Amino acid sequence: MSDLILEHSQAPLRRQRRLQWPPLGASLAILFLLALLLAALAPGLFTRIDPLAIVPREAFQAPSWTHWLGTDQSGRDIFARIVHGARQSLLIGVAATLLSMTIAVSLGLLGGLGGARVDRGVGWLLEVLFAFPSLVLALLFVAVFGSGVGPLIIATGLGGAPGYARMVRGQVLAVRNSGYIEAARALGHPTARIVLRQLLPNAMRPLVVTLTMGVGQAIVWASALSFLGLGARPPAPEWGTMLSMGRDFIASAWWLTFFPGLFIVLTTLATTAAGRYLQHRLEGRLP
Amino acid sequence: MSDKTLIVDGLNVTFEGRSVVRELSFTLAPGRCVALVGESGSGKSVSARSLVGLVGARGEVTARTLGFAGRDLLALSERQWRAVRGKDIGFVLQDALVSLDPLRPVGKEILEVLQTHGYGDRAQRAARVLTLLERVGVPDVALRARQRPGQLSGGLRQRALIASALALEPALVIADEPTTALDATVQAQILEVFQQIKARGSSLLIISHDLAVVAQLADEVVVLRHGEVVEQGPMQQVLRQPQHPYTQALLAAVPAEHPGGSRLSSTRAGERVPRSAVPGEVLLQARGLGKRYTGPDGVVRQVVQGVDFTLRAGRTLGIVGESGSGKTTVARIALGLLQPDQGEVLYRGQPWNRPNDAVSEARRRPLRQQISVIYQDPLGSFDPRWTVAQILDDALQVAGVEAAARPARIQVLLEQVRLPASLASRRPLQLSGGQRQRVAIARAIASEPKLIICDEPVSALDVSVQAQVLDLLADLQDALGLAYLFISHDLGVIRHVSDDVLVMRHGQVVEHAPVEQLFEQPAHEYTRRLLGSVPRLPGSGAELVVPPLDLEHEAFDLFDESRLWKIAI
Amino acid sequence: MSDPTTLTDPRRERLGALARRAAIRLGGGLLVLWAVATLTFFALRLMPGDPVLAILGGTTGNPTPEAIEATRREYGLDKPLPVQYVLYLGRLVQGDLGQSYSQHQPVTRVLAEQAGATLELTFAALVLAWLLVLLLTVVTAGRGRLIGGLASLAETLSAALPHFWLGVVLLAVFAFGLRWFPPAGSDSLASLVLPAFSLAIPLAGFIAQVTRESLELTLDQPFILSARSRGLSDLAVRFRHALRHALLPGVSLSGWAIGALISGAVVCEVIFSRKGVGRQLYQAVQLQDLPLVIGITLVVAAAYVLANILVDLLYQWIDPRQQEASA
Repeated sequence: MSDLILEHSQAPLRRQRRLQWPPLGASLAILFLLALLLAALAPGLFTRIDPLAIVPREAFQAPSWTHWLGTDQSGRDIFARIVHGARQSLLIGVAATLLSMTIAVSLGLLGGLGGARVDRGVGWLLEVLFAFPSLVLALLFVAVFGSGVGPLIIATGLGGAPGYARMVRGQVLAVRNSGYIEAARALGHPTARIVLRQLLPNAMRPLVVTLTMGVGQAIVWASALSFLGLGARPPAPEWGTMLSMGRDFIASAWWLTFFPGLFIVLTTLATTAAGRYLQHRLEGRLP
Repeated sequence: MSDKTLIVDGLNVTFEGRSVVRELSFTLAPGRCVALVGESGSGKSVSARSLVGLVGARGEVTARTLGFAGRDLLALSERQWRAVRGKDIGFVLQDALVSLDPLRPVGKEILEVLQTHGYGDRAQRAARVLTLLERVGVPDVALRARQRPGQLSGGLRQRALIASALALEPALVIADEPTTALDATVQAQILEVFQQIKARGSSLLIISHDLAVVAQLADEVVVLRHGEVVEQGPMQQVLRQPQHPYTQALLAAVPAEHPGGSRLSSTRAGERVPRSAVPGEVLLQARGLGKRYTGPDGVVRQVVQGVDFTLRAGRTLGIVGESGSGKTTVARIALGLLQPDQGEVLYRGQPWNRPNDAVSEARRRPLRQQISVIYQDPLGSFDPRWTVAQILDDALQVAGVEAAARPARIQVLLEQVRLPASLASRRPLQLSGGQRQRVAIARAIASEPKLIICDEPVSALDVSVQAQVLDLLADLQDALGLAYLFISHDLGVIRHVSDDVLVMRHGQVVEHAPVEQLFEQPAHEYTRRLLGSVPRLPGSGAELVVPPLDLEHEAFDLFDESRLWKIAI
Repeated sequence: MSDPTTLTDPRRERLGALARRAAIRLGGGLLVLWAVATLTFFALRLMPGDPVLAILGGTTGNPTPEAIEATRREYGLDKPLPVQYVLYLGRLVQGDLGQSYSQHQPVTRVLAEQAGATLELTFAALVLAWLLVLLLTVVTAGRGRLIGGLASLAETLSAALPHFWLGVVLLAVFAFGLRWFPPAGSDSLASLVLPAFSLAIPLAGFIAQVTRESLELTLDQPFILSARSRGLSDLAVRFRHALRHALLPGVSLSGWAIGALISGAVVCEVIFSRKGVGRQLYQAVQLQDLPLVIGITLVVAAAYVLANILVDLLYQWIDPRQQEASA
């Protein structure tokens, strides 16, 4: 009879309704990101064509077998320029995201851990920063410090920081109010140990996902600045700059703008898909 | 056939090939009540939903007959179903806080049924809403109809939910765990409302895990387990002479029927060793505890006032009270996680918790090993990243156990709470509710404490699992000489575990007495009302006493202690 | 939390609480604006280059020292920085944003001419985005894996589209290719279509993602089952009950979206050669036109603050529970 009321040891089945990306999508995304990384490190593996070589008689070639994605107004191969541009774009994306995160984590932790008064101050500071839309903030920054890759990274990083900071702060507060922090206090752990061993790891865990997705967003914002002519200077093969250059020929040669933009879109999609996959891994708490 | 409201014959429900209900059959006549009883996973709720055509797209319902008032329910189109739902069959779910739209006034929800089925004109509908609310015993109907579920107390909003199901005088009312989330006194009132529904000639199908609740209403009982009918028959027969071992086990697991000293689950035979009558050392002493909060509306509430108690080694002090009684706040003050505004807590004669940081956390910390805690929600109290082994390792580490000795100690702890060693590598999310609570208990005893504060430790568990956990706690108390400060809203559980009981109401202690005295000769009027409102199994001789609607209690029920800490932290 | 024993009218109580909240938020918003004004003022004073040269037509203007001196006095640039700051704040309070260096007319007049077009664009984009969101989510959420997966893919794709690329592609296809809409300008309704879509589509993708998630969570709630058990049709349940809950995260995201829209408007106004403060800001930055940059930044910040107060009130109105928790 004892087996009658013995519990099932079966774990409750978690429903995974949000799992919209099949593993195929996630693996494609990760594959694309790896290829991008490879292109950034060794562009020579993908193309032997010099991205800066001007060949006037081959200007405005439509995509073909010799020039996969066509050529631009100076006859430079667009595929080669995109491959060589990967380094610049990834560098800007990663560096800007890291900058955003550094600011965000400092502010978020300060707000989340510093007590009510500090938190109110941080909240107000974030409100002020939010009142500068990111592109406006970036424009102001460029106005003060001039254009170029360095300011571009800083401008993009600053623009993204308040959003992430709010996320970190919310996360820290949520973890701080959680049952397991109280349980740790009741067990008699010193506060410093609770903060280091439980609060920080749990509060920072979701940031891995944000970081991944953030790189894609940062690349978009940096490209937007380059597109406005405030970032990398032509003829440097930077995706946003290429797009901006091609805009003048949009009516006749669509490939000049289409393909650099496509790669920006693909990169963003890939970081989103990879980020979501990571999120499921974390939330599903797979071993 | 025509004298039956509902005929269910050979009902089967499968979800994507997995069978969740098999061969369920019963009939229901006007003015009668059938109860489906079972624990979680028994298929009782799915059965109820299949009778209103709401099992969802993935579920498949088959039956030899599924007849309602002469119609074949299996042949209904979705459009025809909609005409039946709400009009001919009323459906009441558990906890109205989530079963009524939390963003809309309750009156609108009732109005919606009337509108959907084209009842009367605008003025008639508005009048009908008020009549319905009045009928289920809601006071000040004009105001209440305009309030949202969150602004009503548990009892009032459950009444409003019932009113929405009764709106068009349905021939059949299905109620799925309609009193589960309610306080005992409120539960008695709601059961009374269902009695009236029955008396008016509606058929009632009630779904519950609680045999005592079922005993108040049902004429016939169907006991379900894993989708299978294990026993079925007239209520008196099933509850008094259960034939199937599962029904017997369920009945045996009801703690209210078994005072302290007896075992609830039958996993191991034998009575508990009687506790020594020699009083032990005084462990925890509270003197004149008081705590007040300023609510979000700026109103100051005295949540705890003038609470005294003494807890001796090896004994159990039960604190019982309804929602808003302040019992959980007392637990947190006793734990030293919350400071009182007045009074003090002494641990073994030394100051443990006093107002205004008079006792520093640094002074408390070395003593924390001697006082452990078990929460209602064990899952929330575990770091989600950790495995069972890591959780226990962490507790052993803080208790000062050497790293080398810990793996062996983890094995012993798991054995003590009767968990297989193979679970050590699992994460809490992969465990069942009972297993999680056992891990929480293992963590609590890891530091070899003298006292464990148990805050509603079995309230979220099925009866049979609850019985096993209560037995485990009793065994550990005998083996390790633990003292428990045991907090619960469930009088049955309190009676079973306690030596002494504190009855709290509105933050104050209304009665403090040894357990037998309290339950046999309650001195305070509120205690008597509380005891009278607990549903009992047939044969125990006790009639359910329906307490009057208590507006003061309703007001206290409304305010949520846990929300206040979130602000206070 | 309202005490159930007091017999006040719940609706009047709610409106009162909303008004109180609006007043508090407006006060906070003014404080934020002051900080924005201060930050912008000092940040731009750090700018390299002499503003006087910018006023007099850049380095190529080659003005005489007398002219430089006169201009410096005229614009008050000879006074110490703190004095300039106080004067600046004083003028700000009176609604005077100074003279634009590059356009030689009051900044307020430039703003008055340009702000309407930007407001029109961002408002159209926001409305369009929400229409797309509702169309995409309410109909498809909880409808099985295939439809949900496809809709979710569409949302992710739209969210990944950068405004500037989308703008250029729309321009190439619908203005130069099909000639359905004019490629530039800001006078006709037809000229609003392409920029509004290039702003709205990525935004709709973002909002739709959170709305779908919350809608699917809501559809699993017990009160939805309750509503169905009353005989409501599927669409009635979705629109009358689920939608209100599902909108909440999207609505609070809209506050953030105002900022993204303004950023996007800068790009779109440049691409489609539209009138508007976005393009003005872009040009002012290139021409180092300080008063205009400060003026536009302030107006944008004010618009953002105001929009967020409105979003906050809208949220409170949809979900009165928040009001009780924080009033």
